[in-house]
Parts: sequence; structure tokens; C-alpha cells
Amino acid sequence: MGAQLRVYKRRIRSVTATKKITKAMEMISASRIVKAQRAVAASTPYADELTRAVTAVATRSTAKHPLTTENPNASRAAVLLITADRGLAGGYSTNAIKQSLALAARLREEGKEVVTYIVGRKGVGYYGFRNLAVANSWTGFSDKPTYRDAKTVAADLIAAFTAETGGVDELHLVSTEFVSMLTQNAIDARLLPLKLDEVELSDGAPAKNQIFPLYDFEPSAEGVLDALLPRYVESRIYNALLQSAASEHAARRRAMKSATDNAGELIKSLTRLANSARQAEITQEISEIVGGANALADASAGSE
Amino acid sequence: MAELHVELVAADRKVWSGAATIVVARTASGDTGIMPGHTPVLSVLETGPVTIRTTDQGTVVAAVHGGFISFADNKLSILAEIAELADEIDVARAERALENAKNEADSHAERRAEVRLLAAGGLKAQH
Repeated sequence: MGAQLRVYKRRIRSVTATKKITKAMEMISASRIVKAQRAVAASTPYADELTRAVTAVATRSTAKHPLTTENPNASRAAVLLITADRGLAGGYSTNAIKQSLALAARLREEGKEVVTYIVGRKGVGYYGFRNLAVANSWTGFSDKPTYRDAKTVAADLIAAFTAETGGVDELHLVSTEFVSMLTQNAIDARLLPLKLDEVELSDGAPAKNQIFPLYDFEPSAEGVLDALLPRYVESRIYNALLQSAASEHAARRRAMKSATDNAGELIKSLTRLANSARQAEITQEISEIVGGANALADASAGSE
Repeated sequence: MAELHVELVAADRKVWSGAATIVVARTASGDTGIMPGHTPVLSVLETGPVTIRTTDQGTVVAAVHGGFISFADNKLSILAEIAELADEIDVARAERALENAKNEADSHAERRAEVRLLAAGGLKAQH
């Protein structure tokens, strides 16, 4: 076998191995999207009931709560960025990071100091490499977040928000919205202070348009609101984590699908090249034999 | 017989739903029993067992950690961060957790473990 042909054969073998791996990753991601979507759906009843209850209390009571009170001269804003723990997910993490950098620039223009919180190793790596300050980060659960994870994250953020001194006045959330298998959008939204007018149910209908029964609040409307608002923030963060996880799997599936397709293309063109190299070798051998035979024939004809 | 519709929902799943005649839950101001036709109420739950008497004379017991109940239009929603039905509770694990909590003097964890054992034990007593 000629040297060139051997090189082609080796490359085909290596690309075939890569293709097998990317194909496996694609299938794993495809099965996880379904699970992640199911997790999003399973968390909706809780989120909807909670939204309804928060709105019901807020429309009935006039109490000012720290989590809903707007600070007119806000000077510090926290940004929670949700990225993936692992790569090979196309532009998933990059898009979220870009969105958060754009948001940070916008907040700075408004004269606010930006404090960054990060979920996911990719975001931590990005900020760490560029020596950007990160207030706190959590890793290890981006592809399968639990409510406990959301609670840990939320506890820190609520503590920062309600702190008397050195706290933050606003809390923004940058996550990836799962629209469909093919479309995921990096979005930013302000979580705190909460605008109760804008609270929406999962179907997108504003919750305040509903008519609520005259509830008895126990222990009191304020007490209920006190207990509910942190839960609401947790539930919002939990939902964002779940949606981001679903988006991560979808992005990875798509990236791995195109990697598999590209590997297929590459194998095809390498096979063509290998075939023509083999043919060239055969042709060359034949012409060498023919040439040799002719030379021999000429030589013996000359000697006679 | 009058009945009310109950939805027991945890943060990450729907735990139980169905028709019931009375539901007893531990709220911030003490144990509250909700029967059909109760006035609309929204109250904060303590960590404690929730007992649901179903219309077919059965009893569903669940350990609930944090959350609230809202009742309106004969529909009761029990929302909890964590909710476990009695037969889902791993008694051995809860006992271990109780032991750990006692050693570490963590009163919240101790209460949680106690409630789980209580809910699981309540089911056993009826068998």
C-alpha cells in the first residue's frame, strides 16, 4: 500500500471514531431534552399556584415589602448568569455570556455597579480567565438542577438584596429560554424588586387580570407575603435553571448533530480521495510494468 | 357527601390530587382542618404532617416542609417546597437523619426528620 493511501485510510478510521462519539452524544442529549422538558412541565403547577397566591395577596394588601419596593437611586445591581457546566453545546454558553455582558454594560451606563453571580463552569471559566470579579458561583448541577440547588442560589441572592449595607438594589437574571427544539434564546429579566403588575402565569396571561376570592390570610396578609415572596423568587430561579438545562441539551444535540453530519461528509470525501489514490497507484504500477516490459523488449531487440 | 378537590403540589412535581372530605394541616397558627365550603383562606404552612381523608374513606398522609395552602371555590391547593407521601418515606433514612440532626443540634433538620417519621408511622398504625 502506498504512503498516501495509508494516510487517507488512517484519517477515515479516526473520523469514523469521532463520528461514533458525536452520534452517541447526540442521542444522549436528545433523550435528556425530553426529560428536561418534563421537569419544566412538572414544576409548572407549583409556579402557577404560587404566582396566583402572590398576586392575590398583593392585590388585597397595601403593605410595602422590601422585595417589591423600588429604590429610586439604585446604585448596585446583581446579575445572575446561568451557563452550562460542560462544553460541546454550540453557542449555548457563549450566547448567555454575551447577553450578560450586554446587560452589564447597559446597567453601567445607568450608573449602577454590577455584581455578578454565576451558575455553571463555563461562565466561571470565562469570567475567571478575564479576571472579572464574581461575587459567588455555583457549579455541578447545570444539566439536572433540583429545587434544592435553586434554593441555595436564591438564598444567597435574597440575602444580598435584603442586606442593610453593602447589598444590591436590583437583581437581574440572564438565562436561556427554551422555545423549541431548534430555538433557544438568551434572555435577561429583572427579578427584584418584583413588579407585581407584570407577574405572568405560565401561559403568558397576566395574573392580575384574574378575579380573586376574598381570602382570609393567616397569620396576616403581610406575614403571608413575607413567606411567599422568597418562595416566588426561588421558583423563578428554579424555572430558569430548568429551562436553561433543557436549552443546554437542545443546543448540544444540535451541535452534535452537525458534527456527526460533518464527520459523515468528511468520511465521504476522504473515501473518494483514498479511492483515487489507490487507482492512481494501480495505474502507475501498470504503466511501470508496461514501461519496463517495453524497455526490456527494446533492449533485447537491439542486441539481436 | 360534600367533597373538596385537593391538589398537593411540591416544587418539582404534583404529589397527589383527588377528592377529599377533610384535610388537616399544620399552619402558622396551629392545626387547621378544611372541610368543603370553608371560607377562602390562604395561610402559611409549618413543617408538619398533612392528613387528607379521601371520599372513599381512605387516608393519605404526607410530610410537608414549608409552603402554604390556599382554599377557594371548594378547591384546596397545598403547595410545599418538599412533600413526601407516607409510603414514599424511607423510614430507615429518616431515622438516620433524626440521629444526625440530634447529634448536630440542628433543630430544623430534627423537626423535618420527626415529621417524616410521624407521617410514615401514621400510615403503619392503620394497617
